[in-house]
Amino acid sequence: MDLGFDIVELGSADHVETGETAPDFVRPLVGEEYWEDVALSTLLDDGPVALVFHPMAGSFPATYVWQELSGREWGDVQVVGLSIATPYGHKRLIDERGLGDRFRLYSDPANGVAESYGIAHDLDGMAGISEPRPAAFVVDTDRTVQYAWVSEEWPAFPPYDELHEATQSL
Amino acid sequence: MSTREPAITLYRLQACPFCERVVRTLDDLEIPYRSRFVEPMHSERDAVKRLTGKRTVPAIVDESTGVTMSESAAIVEYLQSTYGGGD
Repeated sequence: MDLGFDIVELGSADHVETGETAPDFVRPLVGEEYWEDVALSTLLDDGPVALVFHPMAGSFPATYVWQELSGREWGDVQVVGLSIATPYGHKRLIDERGLGDRFRLYSDPANGVAESYGIAHDLDGMAGISEPRPAAFVVDTDRTVQYAWVSEEWPAFPPYDELHEATQSL
Repeated sequence: MSTREPAITLYRLQACPFCERVVRTLDDLEIPYRSRFVEPMHSERDAVKRLTGKRTVPAIVDESTGVTMSESAAIVEYLQSTYGGGD
């Protein structure tokens, strides 16, 4: 993205790296029809997961990210979003983006998952609100991180081709 | 984080007093359950409709007995008679 000026640098984060074990967590996982508490490890029983952290529902990046993700074929890999939006916010995003039953999103308003992944980011100008840096992790069924991308600028979008490629080589 | 799923699934709406009544009974009887939260908008509760034929919550599915039902009074009575142990 060439804007003709420097965008905000976030600096490097001490985040979960490729080859490490992805921290397990339980949060409400929001689907087309309902939400329920689901552990990441439970999802991994059904196959690998691409966990995509993005800005909260309602922001333009959340819309753009899902437009890209929903336009690709992911095979047996479960592409799961995570943001600080409430389950109600996610539900509206699912409806508006037509994500249907192909994609589900974790709701983490207190941002604890981002903290455990080392990617928490305080939002400038929104006192008291912290959300994940834009980030994506491909996690295999042993809960090992096979691919990690964490933004060092703000805003930033996942390198979709690279992410997609990482899910195809599991 | 156990991978063993509880037999009972409760379909509920946040802050719905009829749902909370069922939760209280489940807790009193120490019955494990999982919660699935549905939409406030009645017309969007297709998951519940497919199970019970109605869109009302609370609704439960008990896989250990094969019972699916709605209406909080009926659910409470079912839970007490099935799991109450006669006390």
